[in-house]
Amino acid sequence: DGRPGATHITLPPFGKGWGGAPCLPVPRSPAEGLRAWAMEKARPQWGNPLQFVFACISYAVGLGNVWRFPYLCQMYGGGSFLVPYIIMLILEGMPLLYLELAVGQRMRQGSIGAWRTISPYLSGVGVASVVASFFLSMYYNVINAWSFWYLFHSFQDPLPWSVCPLNDNLTGYDEECEKASSTQYFWYRKTLNISPSIQESGGVQWEPALCLILAWLVVYLCILRGTESTGKVVYFTALLPYCVLIIYLVRGLTLHGATNGLVYMFTPKVEQLANPKTWISAATQIFFSLGLGFGSLIAFASYNEPSNDCQKHAIVVSLINSSTSIFSSIVTFSIYGFKATFNYENCLSKVILLLTNSFDLEDGFLTASNLEPMKDYLASTYPSKYSEVFPHIRNCSLESELNTAVQGTGLAFIVYTEAIKNMEVSQLWSVLYFFMLLTLGIGSMLGNTAAILTPLTDSKVISRHLSREAISGLVCLISCGISMVFTMEAGNYWFDIFNDYAATLSLLLIVLVEIIAVCYVYGLRRFGSDLQAMTGHTLNWYWKAMWAGVSPLLIVSLFIFYLSDYILMGTLQYQAWDATQGKLVTKDYPSYALAVIWLLVASSTMCIPLVALGIFITHCLKKRGTAAVA
Amino acid sequence: MLWPLFFLMTAIHAELCQPDAENAFKVRLSIRTALGDKAYVWDTNEEYLFRAMVAFSMRKVPNRGATEISHVLLCNVTQRVSFWFVVTDPSKNHTLPAVEVQSAIRMNRNRINNAFSLNDHTLEFLKIPSTFAPPMEPSVPIWIIIFGVIFCIVIVAVTLLILSGIRQHRRNTKGPSGVDDTEDKCENTIAVENGIPCDPLDTKGGHINEVFLTEEERLTPL
Repeated sequence: DGRPGATHITLPPFGKGWGGAPCLPVPRSPAEGLRAWAMEKARPQWGNPLQFVFACISYAVGLGNVWRFPYLCQMYGGGSFLVPYIIMLILEGMPLLYLELAVGQRMRQGSIGAWRTISPYLSGVGVASVVASFFLSMYYNVINAWSFWYLFHSFQDPLPWSVCPLNDNLTGYDEECEKASSTQYFWYRKTLNISPSIQESGGVQWEPALCLILAWLVVYLCILRGTESTGKVVYFTALLPYCVLIIYLVRGLTLHGATNGLVYMFTPKVEQLANPKTWISAATQIFFSLGLGFGSLIAFASYNEPSNDCQKHAIVVSLINSSTSIFSSIVTFSIYGFKATFNYENCLSKVILLLTNSFDLEDGFLTASNLEPMKDYLASTYPSKYSEVFPHIRNCSLESELNTAVQGTGLAFIVYTEAIKNMEVSQLWSVLYFFMLLTLGIGSMLGNTAAILTPLTDSKVISRHLSREAISGLVCLISCGISMVFTMEAGNYWFDIFNDYAATLSLLLIVLVEIIAVCYVYGLRRFGSDLQAMTGHTLNWYWKAMWAGVSPLLIVSLFIFYLSDYILMGTLQYQAWDATQGKLVTKDYPSYALAVIWLLVASSTMCIPLVALGIFITHCLKKRGTAAVA
Repeated sequence: MLWPLFFLMTAIHAELCQPDAENAFKVRLSIRTALGDKAYVWDTNEEYLFRAMVAFSMRKVPNRGATEISHVLLCNVTQRVSFWFVVTDPSKNHTLPAVEVQSAIRMNRNRINNAFSLNDHTLEFLKIPSTFAPPMEPSVPIWIIIFGVIFCIVIVAVTLLILSGIRQHRRNTKGPSGVDDTEDKCENTIAVENGIPCDPLDTKGGHINEVFLTEEERLTPL
């Protein structure tokens, strides 16, 4: 268990705010104190340390590992992206993760209480974390709703996204589906029923709304009993994605053309290391992938025994998170390779068919291998006819098929489904895949909701009037109600707004203030001796160096970069789906959308100074009041 | 004497059946794509079968005179395999209107396809669009059934958990005597020093010791 011996531990006299100082006089009578101690509800705890580790893993390992890291890997140099990634993990990921876990375990309260304990002026940091978590949980659960939707539709033969629906007079396929592809059509038309722009919001679609209600019910089921229920669920949500990933790895590597994708991904393009965007993307990915700053890690760690070895756990969780990213990108790239090869061969057969029909050649005469020489022969023998046909001949290239780098919901719901529909027994692969997406998403939602609920249940005011179940139910109900916005026809555009702006800049600021608070307000030495008293480990020079110097500098540079990027970008734009053309077009955000963006960023960032100001004012007023009384 | 007649007939045939002639249709077959190794060779016997199938389709049209195989003319057979055909009237002077031929072929498309072991994609009548089979839609979409099952299971589980939570809460608040028991237990288990209970570090509580929180000192000087 790691408890440091059986003797009483005398804590160094820091006094302010840390309860449980041993053997010092208590003002009330012993019996009164005992009664109070017995009546007070014990803080719930994890059943065993493994539950805590699994909870952290299932929170950190989320959809971003599956759909963001492979994209970054592809964009920023393939195999050579691993170099900045691992460097940032060591400089930024592990230290910040350890910091959050240590703060939670030390203060034994949710984010608001923990930062208030360090300094009441800093409780704004906790409030900002809760606001950011609230925004995140609102839009994140919509992804789970979509996963449910696709999961339920996977039990059909043929899969609904593998064929285009017929048009009204049954003579051909639906026009929009012809122009785009069947998977894109299913995503944009059948799932989202997306409107052409953010201004046309349409009504709430009942099918995604039902799936969203179900998603929130499942989340409520998992958090209902607090750590008691969450602790059991995380075994499942942490382990199942790995099982599915291994199955997919074996299947993916045996697919035709998988090696094309893998070779393409892992070929290092070393010149990308000189691109500063590579390093910034690596730092950003590590930062957001671990879910720092939301208060979830603090919440999880607050349910730990104080003697828990959180240093070891921090290293384990961050390593597992990064290796899962790399592992899932191997799977993704073999799937990419398969899809690209399939499309390339399709393209070739289309060209062959076109030439065969135009020149009335024998069926089967043209093959992929003799296509090029035959094209030259035909061009020379029938020049006029060839020039007629030439504009329709597409240039098929495996490179260009592999180059289509996609991230986010596009990767998960369009590219992967396109690959799955071409596999044998596609229903099975589809069910497995969407089940994995669901467990990844629900695992992360557990952390998000814990970040909101732990400060609420810690607060004596609220927990006196409402039970834990009621608070959880209210939070789920309110979030569900607000997130119905994302099920409207323009919902996906609002989703993109939340995804890009709700929790990006504010998190950087929150974590920056967190490090500064721990190192310079609370005191690094004091914190180190607290940790030593709790866990028995002395604070290594590595942790001290990272906390005091390197990580804050990194975060400041990230913050400056993103701020300048937003300012320099001018008008913000978004991708809208054009049904008539069957592809995405770029449009400008209307003014009210821009207002919402600024509101999102401001509402979590401004909490920090505003709450500090509020506490300062109340303190001044109280002082003036007591001075007047005196 | 018969020779001029023969040349006349061929000439008329040549006029009636030509690429892009009036009421002529182009047909394209992709036998090797459909059948692979089992592909048959397209020869005059297969052409005969084709003409028979077209004649059969025309005969099935009600209120139409009986069409014979000799009324169906084929021309311009290529390697592809593709050719043009027309259907003439019994006098063999002019061709039947394209609309009639089109509707007759559409109604018997399946039979024609099956005769050649091909399908709509591999036996194409250009200019005659094929009707796709309407998809089989079950009365209740499958996804709603599965959704309903999972929804009910989740609702039942949530209700069970809430009810057991309420029962546990009622059991906890129902026993005030329980407090005295814990008090006695506390006397035994808590380490006492100088008659004052010590809160050891591993108390599952972590509550703030109010003694040390005086008004001025609550705020840590920055």
